[in-house]
Amino acid sequence: MERFLLKGIENTGSADISGYRKAGGYNNLAKALAMQPAEIIDEIKKAGLRGRGGAGFPTGMKWTFASVDPKFPKYLLCNADEGEPGTFKDRPILEKNPHLLIEGMAISAHALKTEYGYIYLRGEYPKAKDILDNAIKQAYDEGFLGDNMLGKGIRFHLSVHQGAGAYICGEETALINSLEGKRGQPRLKPPFPVNSGAFSMPTVVNNVETLANVPYVIQIGSAAYSKIGNPECPGPKLFSVSGHVERPGVYELPMGTILREIIYDHCGGIKGGKKLKAVIPGGISTPVLPPDKIDCPMDFVSMPKFGSMLGSGAVIVFDETTCLVRVCYRALKFFEHESCGKCTPCREGTAWLRSIIGRVEEGKGKKEDIDLLVDVAGNIAGKTFCPLGDGAAGVVANFIKHFRSEFEDHINHAGCRFRN
Amino acid sequence: MTDSMTARINELTRKYPDREAALLPALYLAQREYGYITPEAMEFIGETLSIPKATVKGVATFYSMYLHKPVGRHLIQLCTNVSCMVFGAERLVDILRDRYGITPEGTSQDGRFSLVIMECIGACEQAPAMLVNNELHGNLDENNLHSILERYK
Ligand SMILES: Cc1cc2nc3c(=O)[nH]c(=O)nc-3n(C[C@H](O)[C@H](O)[C@H](O)COP(=O)(O)O)c2cc1C
Ligand code: SF4
Ligand code: FES
Repeated sequence: MERFLLKGIENTGSADISGYRKAGGYNNLAKALAMQPAEIIDEIKKAGLRGRGGAGFPTGMKWTFASVDPKFPKYLLCNADEGEPGTFKDRPILEKNPHLLIEGMAISAHALKTEYGYIYLRGEYPKAKDILDNAIKQAYDEGFLGDNMLGKGIRFHLSVHQGAGAYICGEETALINSLEGKRGQPRLKPPFPVNSGAFSMPTVVNNVETLANVPYVIQIGSAAYSKIGNPECPGPKLFSVSGHVERPGVYELPMGTILREIIYDHCGGIKGGKKLKAVIPGGISTPVLPPDKIDCPMDFVSMPKFGSMLGSGAVIVFDETTCLVRVCYRALKFFEHESCGKCTPCREGTAWLRSIIGRVEEGKGKKEDIDLLVDVAGNIAGKTFCPLGDGAAGVVANFIKHFRSEFEDHINHAGCRFRN
Repeated sequence: MTDSMTARINELTRKYPDREAALLPALYLAQREYGYITPEAMEFIGETLSIPKATVKGVATFYSMYLHKPVGRHLIQLCTNVSCMVFGAERLVDILRDRYGITPEGTSQDGRFSLVIMECIGACEQAPAMLVNNELHGNLDENNLHSILERYK
């Protein structure tokens, strides 16, 4: 497949506006500014574009909700918080192809009649901050941003807002609070951001990769776009692959590419020819899969049928030498650390889960601990304010479901026999 | 605090429809200026942006990348999340402690390094990875860790 999202990123100076323009960059913006906003939204809908931030929400539908709300000004927020462990797919766009994102945001802003946009960038990406600031300045200088985009009298102002190390700020309402200068805790929905988001105005929050897909829809048209990959949720998709594979990295492949193909063909198989033990397919919050479940198409509609989720498309591969109880423990340490503290089941529950898995891993677990973990996880699931708590519970439930014997082994042998 | 600080904070507010929204960038500004976010800086920012002192503190302590005590000349932010862990990130924590006397959340005695353990820093393809100040270093192991740290005096 010809790459679009990562086109030309291996060239030096790919982040510079001159190279981007030479390769036809910003032509899609010119094309879009000649279209009516409603026409663009219609194209995005017909293309079947779904959000790449994790939940897979239809982008055209979200845009319609915001655009029919009569309140102005409206805001367009790019979610560049990329905090889900294992996820580094947005980073190449931010660092190597920033003008694609800016062009996507400018087109989206016109479609939404939005005059103000922010890129909410995680604090852990300081290099991307400099690159984006510079790219935005170049785009202003050449008339692709500002009060008079391409001389068409259309206004769009864009800047970067830097986060400061809180995973929960990737959740869209927490992100909005953080933009407004508050603690990054989620808000109750409704009202939804499309009606009352940033500064109480209609707000669209989209992931970096989602917005980077917008120029592509404009370029090839919705009919062609909707034929890429799985027609139920089409388009190119970025997969970030890490862990025990020969060639970790970010791969742009059609939505619905088979997980086995990603691991064994694109990434060259398991590092050192070892055996596969487990895969987390979509970032740490998505259910782990055993080796016999990796013939799944990696897309939003297929993955649930295989007992997991596409999430952010962050594939983490574990070989036979990995202690999965240790992996599960580290994941829970993450959730405990990142729980924003707003609701009790998550705040207390993640700490309990981490502590019980910790003693099992150390070889100090009791026979009852496994059922206790299942019970605690069951008591968190469905009772939390936002999906972070659910995610933590799901991680524990699924590691035990598929690898219960490994937990039991730690208890029966008072320690770990898996790591070497 | 200086007039120039007031001017710089006011400059930040121009990006937003609401002055309060400049709080996070203002805290970064203070951190760059003083090395960490001092109580005086929090008070000053609160006054400049008309935000109650307690609110400023609540925000400043919510986010893990704001520092609340002085740190060493160089800040090591080492990831130990899953993709880094399976390639030995925890062993690197031990080495930093044993060989350099740097412990998580602590500073080496000579004031050269401070260490913070990070959740995923989005560099898992080069695990284990760390940021030293603003620079990313990946594919760390016992040997190259030493030569990388030697570059920071
Ligand atoms: C705990 C949590 C963390 C999230 N982190 C991110 C993130 O880092 N990046 C992102 O784009 N979306 C993240 N999301 C999803 C956002 O809430 C939101 O659905 C998304 O930004 C919408 O954009 P999209 O429709 O383009 O996917 C997260 C959600 C939750 C519940
Ligand atoms: S589930 Fe966790 S992260 Fe979400 S609101 Fe509750 S405490 Fe905060
Ligand atoms: S897990 Fe360490 S950088 Fe992602």
